[in-house]
Amino acid sequence: MADPVLEVKNLRVEFPTRRGTLVAVDDISLSIAPGEVLGVVGESGAGKSMTGAAIIGLIEPPGRIAEGQILLNGRRIDNLSYEEMRKIRGQEIGAIFQDPLTSLNPLYKVSEQLIETIQTHSSLTEKQARTRALDLLKEVGIPAAEERLDHYPHQFSGGMRQRVVIALALCAEPKLIIADEPTTALDVSIQAQIISLIKRLCAEHGASVMLVTHDMGVIAETADRVAVMYAGRIAEIGPVQDVIKRAKHPYTEGLMGAIPSIGGRAEKLTQIDGSMPRLTDIPDGCAFHPRCPKVMFKCHTLRPDLMGEGLHDVSCWLHEKVEEGVV
Amino acid sequence: MSDTLLQLDNIVRHFDVSPPWLNRVTEGLPKAFVKAVDGVSFEIGRGETFSLVGESGCGKSTVARLVVGLYNPSAGTITFDGMDVSSASARSRNAGAQRRMQMIFQDPYASLNPRWRVSDIVAEPIRHLKLASGKEEIQRRVGEHLTQVGLSPKDGEKYPHEFSGGQRQRISIARALAGQPEFLVCDEPTSALDVSVQAQILNLMKDLQQELGLTYLFISHDLAVVYHVSTKVGVMYLGRLVEWADTEILFTQPRHPYTRMLLDAIPDLEMSGRARTPVAGEVPSPIDPPPGCPFHPRCPLATDRCKSEMPKPVADGGAMVACHAVEEDRLPAWRG
Repeated sequence: MADPVLEVKNLRVEFPTRRGTLVAVDDISLSIAPGEVLGVVGESGAGKSMTGAAIIGLIEPPGRIAEGQILLNGRRIDNLSYEEMRKIRGQEIGAIFQDPLTSLNPLYKVSEQLIETIQTHSSLTEKQARTRALDLLKEVGIPAAEERLDHYPHQFSGGMRQRVVIALALCAEPKLIIADEPTTALDVSIQAQIISLIKRLCAEHGASVMLVTHDMGVIAETADRVAVMYAGRIAEIGPVQDVIKRAKHPYTEGLMGAIPSIGGRAEKLTQIDGSMPRLTDIPDGCAFHPRCPKVMFKCHTLRPDLMGEGLHDVSCWLHEKVEEGVV
Repeated sequence: MSDTLLQLDNIVRHFDVSPPWLNRVTEGLPKAFVKAVDGVSFEIGRGETFSLVGESGCGKSTVARLVVGLYNPSAGTITFDGMDVSSASARSRNAGAQRRMQMIFQDPYASLNPRWRVSDIVAEPIRHLKLASGKEEIQRRVGEHLTQVGLSPKDGEKYPHEFSGGQRQRISIARALAGQPEFLVCDEPTSALDVSVQAQILNLMKDLQQELGLTYLFISHDLAVVYHVSTKVGVMYLGRLVEWADTEILFTQPRHPYTRMLLDAIPDLEMSGRARTPVAGEVPSPIDPPPGCPFHPRCPLATDRCKSEMPKPVADGGAMVACHAVEEDRLPAWRG
């Protein structure tokens, strides 16, 4: 396997508060191979967006990376200065955020925003940059791009705005794109368009993507591998098909059963009682144990780490391999 | 007594979005209207769940608000259990009908007063509708309703901010139930919630329906959720119902090209790798909808007739469909 574009090792993100330290992301390790789409899925508060923010170096103080390393093409980027990180952001890591209305500046024309970004990362003249901006808009499928180039963001619809944001992320041809809930604010028909656009562009540009979303359907359509997060940790990580069809973690199983599907009509949806714990009171042992239908004695006190051979791993004591000679 | 509980007949709701009078006179601008709901008719039988689906701006929430009387229709009639509730005066004449319906809103963070204790929130309909008197009796009822939705009567002493999104939505449901309604209008009750919590709320709503014999008008943009909860489904596009039928019929044999497009757009968990029609275009502005069938600019089957003539709903194999292609029998087969 080729060297991974991104490698995250034992990442821990903390928020010191007056009432103690909150751990938003706890001991996360993952890697993304060139051209791969890694889905990160979880419910609100699972720490999925925080993982993305840590990678692009956009954690809001007082939050900080307390432990671990982030390596981009083998180079450590979690300890860079603000200025150094600024160069990497956009140039080597592109970002697409959830709300296309807030990630564009309403006071500047789309052309100005694109040209500024292009010139920041290259030595093109304004005229060349404009041509490039136009090409990008055409590439992301904006009709009548020549006219639309000089429009303001409010003149675009939600789907079109998200296309502009994607064009912005692609400006410097980054090798890694962090897409944080790129389709959540959009209607299904527009969502389908944006998903296929992201898929096509990443294949064409050979970019790897970390796709953060709460929608398992979007992951199933787009990602190669998926990491399921719960309370700041990875519950399960593996190839999309395996995780969806042969979920190992009880949380993933519950999550899959909770999604209503068209076709097989169940009288009742599988229900995971309770809700994700707040960061202030994450339970001891496995964070999922108060909601887990298969909870064992061990789960109350001991926290399981990811177990497996590195392909389809799960952090759950049910899947503990008892090593020979140890017990 | 008939089996139909709610009937909408050709309901129209336009919103005036004209520029100010002075601009109209000096700049010669015309009056402008958003045709949020433009001729919608359907019936809901007692004990049924009728769902409206569609993309943002199709008018589904406006229909919900028209039904409970938060808006008055510009034209058309709404009948609840044989009583006219189409206008404010009719609603006050038939107050008996009005008090039999309640509503659950989308955002559980905005629909509960943050300064009220939960017990006061749930007691409000009881006090307002004078369903019980005496502090103790009211508190007893509040406790019952909180238990009914899976909370504890003790939770009544807390304030809404102490609850998670799913629990807040349970409080909204308890408040709706406190009015002892027969009919609940649910406007996207689960779209602000996580999937595992959504499953809890949907299961709760189904249980309550069986227990209390409730009738639901369910508004959602999520087809999978709609498939799960409804007995009948109506698909809306630009203020009109384009297709409505029993759930099984609509999802197994969708007829209208827009319904098909929506079903095709859902990300596929099974990853069956089926070929899907690429989704084209976006919803046009409801201020200036296209002439003829409003869907024709995005429709793969559009002909000249579709561009000029508005299709009327016709019955076709158990469904009502407003589409010329269905009428002319030139609809391709659905997924082989």
